[in-house]
Amino acid sequence: MIAYQFNWSVIWRNMDAFLHGLALGLGLAVVSLLLGCVIGLACAFARTSRIKWLDWPVWLYVEFIRNTPLLLLIIFVYFGLPQMGVYGLDKIESFVLTLTLYAGAYMCEVFRTGLASMPNQYREAAKAIGLTPWQRQRYVVLPVMFRITLPAVSNNLISLFKDTSLAAAIAVPELTFTARQVNANTFRVFEVWITASVLYLAASYVIAFGLRQVERRYASVR
Amino acid sequence: MPAPLLRAIDIHKSYDQTEVLKGIDLEVYQGQVVALIGSSGSGKTTFLRCVNLLEEYQQGEIDLDGQPIGYRMANGRRQRLSERAVSAQRARIGFVFQSFNLFPHMTAEQNVMLGLTKVRGMASGEARERARSWLDRVGLSQRRDHYPYQLSGGQQQRVAIARAVAMEPRLVLFDEVTSALDPELVAEVLGVMQDLAKSGMTMIVVSHEMLFVRDVADRVVFMDGGRIVQEGPPAQVFKNPESERLRAFLGRFHGLFGA
Repeated sequence: MIAYQFNWSVIWRNMDAFLHGLALGLGLAVVSLLLGCVIGLACAFARTSRIKWLDWPVWLYVEFIRNTPLLLLIIFVYFGLPQMGVYGLDKIESFVLTLTLYAGAYMCEVFRTGLASMPNQYREAAKAIGLTPWQRQRYVVLPVMFRITLPAVSNNLISLFKDTSLAAAIAVPELTFTARQVNANTFRVFEVWITASVLYLAASYVIAFGLRQVERRYASVR
Repeated sequence: MPAPLLRAIDIHKSYDQTEVLKGIDLEVYQGQVVALIGSSGSGKTTFLRCVNLLEEYQQGEIDLDGQPIGYRMANGRRQRLSERAVSAQRARIGFVFQSFNLFPHMTAEQNVMLGLTKVRGMASGEARERARSWLDRVGLSQRRDHYPYQLSGGQQQRVAIARAVAMEPRLVLFDEVTSALDPELVAEVLGVMQDLAKSGMTMIVVSHEMLFVRDVADRVVFMDGGRIVQEGPPAQVFKNPESERLRAFLGRFHGLFGA
């Protein structure tokens, strides 16, 4: 066995590309989470509403997404949509679409349990002071649910961020793809993948820390 | 005698096959404090919730200021009003819950302000001023920026009372508001209620605090099995229970009434 000689200069020379990849991954995760929250919220209300026929399409969507590998969905949307006559999405848009649909299904479950676990007494108090149905949702149900579900939403953001590495499969130049490129050009296997791992780890840790501060700020709901 | 502020006529309510209210008739006049007493399961709380339209009932009518609330007759059929219309009517009736039910994401002051700004349409400065003056009145001016979880049960319940009365409702309903409190916190809440009663607030109070009922209520209504069994001034009801059920019920309060 030949002793491996570390050569970190390769990393420093390519640091810009690594950081761009990292930033892109973060951006993809945040955008997908925000859009996914909108979908998830709509789906959660659809599933808990009294309108029965809304229930099963949403159930189907959630179950389909949650029981299909994300990589498969990414490839399917990127290569499949043009086959079905939907053109015009570049690889980043295609990936955001996939990750949004993916996040939406998980957010639906998060918000649904949030709504279900909310004590009915808050809704009743909102009724008793004369708030209209819409006002009850706007000023009481949603803010309380947001606080109840904040830890779960935080966890999902970190998962989504790590899942952005799968975008490498369709050549989105995020961190994993960048690392693979640098590796292919330089053959510095350990340096490259150690760097990528450390960047993922550091970013995840910073997000988690930041979100814990947000959770503490909104900790009034016990 | 002027017209009653609140009149309930022959209220019937069932859950599936079980009839829990079997024809309740009750009149409450402006400025009166009416106490509903009776053992649990007698229908007191259910009736109170019907008045505030938190529960639906199948038969009967409740009038507030001479106007029917919650339902209307259309083509000879009884229809529930839209939720929007019902909301406007609820705003004229305050409700204080056994479990306080403060909004957990809002401070004491914000809890009191929410209805003032969103339902009464007050500017936030005016609403804040009114919220502060009510929190002051219930002895919590030092706690107005505290969240519910930072307050004791008694403090939370006083905020809840301020939230209800700040809306200037026509009457306030109190649903066993001291039952969830530690014994040493009961007095502070009853004190606030007594103060409100003295100021002329119309109140319907479901309570097991018999001393409070005796001292503060203008009228006591004893319910049993979904019916009103006896009603009258406290002295009369407590001294001359006409039914065996009422005698048995009062007997549980350790000879408080010389029984």
